[in-house]
Amino acid sequence: MTKFGEHWERGFRDLVTEAGVKALEDAGMSGAEISAGYVGTMAAGSLIGQEHTGALIADYMGLNPIPITRVEGACASGSLALRQGIMAVASGMHDVVVVGGVEKMTDLDTAEVSEILGGAGDQEWELFLGATFPALYAMMARRYMHDYGATEEMLASVAVKNHKHGSMNPLAQFQNEITIQEVLDSKMVSDPLKILDCSPLTDGAAAVVLAPLDIAKKYTDTPIEIVASAQASDTITLHNRDSITGVKAARIAAQAAYKQAGVSPSQIKVAEVHDCFTIAELMAIEDLGFFPKGKGGEASLNGETQIGAKIPINTSGGLKAAGHPVGATGIKQAVEIAWQLQGEAGKRQVSGADIGLSHNVGGSGATAVVHIYKRVN
Amino acid sequence: MEAGSWKPGATNGKQSDSMVGIVGYGAYVPKYRIKSEVIAKVWGEDPDRIKNGLGVHEKAVASNDEDAATLAVEAAKIAIQRAGISPKKLGALYVGSESHPYAVKPTATIVAEAIGATPELTAADLEFACKAGTAGIQMCMGLVGSGMVDYGMAIGTDTSQGRPGDALEYSTGCGAAAYIIGKDAESLAIIEDTYSYTTDTPDFWRRNGADYPSHGGRFTGPPGYFKHVKNATLGLLKKMNGKVEDYDYFIFHQPNGKFPRAVAKMLGVPNEKIEEGLLTPYIGNTYSGSSPLGLANVLDVAKAGDRIFVTSFGSGAGSDAFSIRVTDNIKNRERGKPASYFIEQKEYLDYATYAKYRRKFKGM
Repeated sequence: MTKFGEHWERGFRDLVTEAGVKALEDAGMSGAEISAGYVGTMAAGSLIGQEHTGALIADYMGLNPIPITRVEGACASGSLALRQGIMAVASGMHDVVVVGGVEKMTDLDTAEVSEILGGAGDQEWELFLGATFPALYAMMARRYMHDYGATEEMLASVAVKNHKHGSMNPLAQFQNEITIQEVLDSKMVSDPLKILDCSPLTDGAAAVVLAPLDIAKKYTDTPIEIVASAQASDTITLHNRDSITGVKAARIAAQAAYKQAGVSPSQIKVAEVHDCFTIAELMAIEDLGFFPKGKGGEASLNGETQIGAKIPINTSGGLKAAGHPVGATGIKQAVEIAWQLQGEAGKRQVSGADIGLSHNVGGSGATAVVHIYKRVN
Repeated sequence: MEAGSWKPGATNGKQSDSMVGIVGYGAYVPKYRIKSEVIAKVWGEDPDRIKNGLGVHEKAVASNDEDAATLAVEAAKIAIQRAGISPKKLGALYVGSESHPYAVKPTATIVAEAIGATPELTAADLEFACKAGTAGIQMCMGLVGSGMVDYGMAIGTDTSQGRPGDALEYSTGCGAAAYIIGKDAESLAIIEDTYSYTTDTPDFWRRNGADYPSHGGRFTGPPGYFKHVKNATLGLLKKMNGKVEDYDYFIFHQPNGKFPRAVAKMLGVPNEKIEEGLLTPYIGNTYSGSSPLGLANVLDVAKAGDRIFVTSFGSGAGSDAFSIRVTDNIKNRERGKPASYFIEQKEYLDYATYAKYRRKFKGM
């Protein structure tokens, strides 16, 4: 993956080719061995006026004439692309597949980008009426705090922990640690979410190379097996959900993934979850079965989701500290889990990590994708 | 140029035997002020966040009978007083601004006539966002250094506007500073060398006919201000084989109170060296007047032998860096009022009066 951050001097194609080349180099593979590609990018059309990104990437990576297909599912675009890549390999349609995620978000000003990101919700019933993403997640936070007695400090503890992890990740957008007080004092965006409760706007790209398990050892001594891939949908609008204090699609996808993998939540040693806002991480760790409903806040505040604790969450720094180039996030999560399982996570290494999980959500929960990964012995 | 081959008087590439310097300078800031908290109240912003974040406490406001031309005249008159020369001796006069009263009809001739410099001189207006004034200084250095004129005047002046409700409304101030360039023997401060760094970077702009400028948000930072100020500063130091420690004062372009402190930190310049030249927290960003006014404030207190480093920045984008050495003639600065005289003369306005003076009401 590239460093995530504000890349004033680099464009969409520079970022995605850097990530793609790095992935191929890591696999010790030449482009000629790739037979197809998938790319997740949410809003290249609005952010940089570029559609047909699959073709653009095939061209710029020197991969013509292989087929490269763009996949979109808002903030879950990366994981959706991963899923398509997995299905292509598992079905036998393609042998070696490259999957990337990329977003270039800094060519427009913040207000324009916020409006574009609002397209992850319902344009007619949410965005058009003024509900941008901070507002939607703020409503979820308000209800969650009301139902479970969670506090703003509990929300803030997610950001503090993720910045601490990010400070150990040289590729993260933010390398600074922050305190709970700094989060509470930061500028209000949509009550109760302040600027430091929100993930930033980021440029970046990440890529992985997939192959059938039986030939994986040809390319690496430490292949990572994807033992589950599950996806579920729910209503596009927040107001049509059964409940707004959790993401049902994530629970459904998680249950399906645990079943596919034959593991239980307690066997997961490290997880990357979708903390687009701090409240999202509290709901995620409950939806994934790591903590009982309503107890995610307490667990975060008590440090149970840090590296070295019960279940390390977002060792990369999460979306908050590593950054959230929308389409790239799902793939970045896969890369972080792979590095953890391969023992290559440096200062962030979770000891004994053999099974990991990634959780990627689109919009306010209309799409959720869960993957489970295992170290191959 | 090879490292180590710098000689006094040399400019980008060519060597010159004659040294030039500042024989007179003048500053002017209008007396009206509006506090950041008064503006913040109108727009529902947190005044402490503005003051601590942007670093601007209050800004200078031109009255309804002032404009970039009148401010320039005030500064020019003081520069002539300090230089102790007849205005007829000026061979060139350049006015740099992004708020010239006319799109076509030079401000420079209004100033030249008002100070009695006409008719035997060349004149023109300049625009390069906030660094039009320093570009004018470089032009005068060339004209004087080559012997084409005896004295040249360069003025940076602005009464720019910020869009109501935009972040720039807190920082867009009004002010002017004028510099008369002449030979070294008469200079209050010698300009030892200059170096510029220029690229096509659209970080901030205003189209013909538009009332207010547009800007690229966060794009104005690293690829705009910081890249150019850093490269110009490092470029001049390298060219002169100099180091930060050689200088007693640094003046950086000051769009707010935050950027100059941040760039000072990046360059290893201690805060004490930039405080005297940092006026934006009290008068706002005077655009083309910004680094020229900062320099004037430093010249008002500097001692003979002090060395001063100035790096301007203009959006679009570019930076001019200058290495300046104060001479014994600096005692002649007493001939004119110091910048602090104008900065300390204040009358506070409410938002409505400010909006009236700055013609912000529709239909005025």
